[in-house]
Amino acid sequence: MLDAINLACTRGDRTLFRDVSFTLESRGLLHVAGANGSGKTSLLRILCGLGEADAGDVRWRGEAIRTLREAYWREMVYLGHANALKDDLSATENLHIACVIAGRPAARDAVSAALTAFGLVACAHLPARALSQGQKRRSALARLALSTQAPLWILDEPFSALDVDAVSYLEKLILAYVAGGGSVIFTTHQDAAINTRITQRVDLDAVC
Amino acid sequence: MLSVMRSVIARDLTLAWRRRTDVFTSVIFFVIVASLFPLGIGPEPKLLLAIGPGVVWVAALLASMLALSRLFASDYADGTLEQMLLSATPLSVIVIGKVIAHWIAANLPLVLIAPLLGLQFGLPADALGVLALALALGTPSLSLIGAIGAALTLGLRGGGVLLALLVLPLYAPVLILGSLAVEATAAGLAAQPYLLLLAALSFAALSLAPWAIAAALRISYE
Repeated sequence: MLDAINLACTRGDRTLFRDVSFTLESRGLLHVAGANGSGKTSLLRILCGLGEADAGDVRWRGEAIRTLREAYWREMVYLGHANALKDDLSATENLHIACVIAGRPAARDAVSAALTAFGLVACAHLPARALSQGQKRRSALARLALSTQAPLWILDEPFSALDVDAVSYLEKLILAYVAGGGSVIFTTHQDAAINTRITQRVDLDAVC
Repeated sequence: MLSVMRSVIARDLTLAWRRRTDVFTSVIFFVIVASLFPLGIGPEPKLLLAIGPGVVWVAALLASMLALSRLFASDYADGTLEQMLLSATPLSVIVIGKVIAHWIAANLPLVLIAPLLGLQFGLPADALGVLALALALGTPSLSLIGAIGAALTLGLRGGGVLLALLVLPLYAPVLILGSLAVEATAAGLAAQPYLLLLAALSFAALSLAPWAIAAALRISYE
């Protein structure tokens, strides 16, 4: 479904990676590994269309994502380092508007169910600035629970700042999503149980 | 598509309401700048009447520019802009929503308060009405043109000054037409041609600027 063909990325005169190629099929769980600064986030940004590769091509169902644009983004969910939460909106409002912008408007019940699943029921109406780092991460991740219809998730460090319960819930969510036909590309430095279920690995330390 | 635009407008207006102090600062800036001139020049009715339209317009221009840097900066910092770039809705549609909300929050208060400031310059009643009307027709193009500059200078150090340098020269036609409309009314002439030209500028900006803003945002992100 998603093909990366000879991707390369340079920053200044330093080559972060080159000749990165892989094909991700449905039910694939791809782990992007690499040390800090090896270009994991750059690779994910290229894969989701936020950044341009210096060489190579990303194709979704055989077509370049550069030409697909909105048609590709409709089918993809990207969760970056930034939580994409507005400090002055509550978790409920944040999740609602995020779903609208992503093109998957969610009903009020579904929004509160997703927040409940991520253990945010008590603070669903607090402004995001009152939440802890982990709670903010949870409310950003709650978007995934409402995006299981999208066939591709690209997750940058999804487990950062989460406690043990949230990590295991997120792992269950990701594995259920993959079992249901979705594909996931993610990075993590943590020793999570999900690492045993990885189907593919791209190691950026090996290709620079 | 329209429902996404509506949601973006509602979101940005909610945010502006919860951060009302930001709105008040640009309104108060407008009031202070426009009031400094009569204080500095002294009570010379003829002179004040002559400079009034221009001064109120320049003050409105500066106040409107002051608010511009806020247009994308917070969405850029917290990552929501990233999600807008990856939206299933064309970015230009989302951008129109953001600019409309920005106009309502930052420029509509200026339009409403301008006649009050015009009184300080002894503008006649019909000129006060035309002043508000000219601002209402002209400021949308200021917001749209300014948004291009705000998108281009996103994430740059010292972006604020650069934004002013980029945008202020482009504001000149609006300033000239806007103050001419008020001056014409004060002199007993028809303001209609100037008002129509202002409206035409705003519509031209509305049809072209969203694509330029969207392209500028994507460039800022690469």
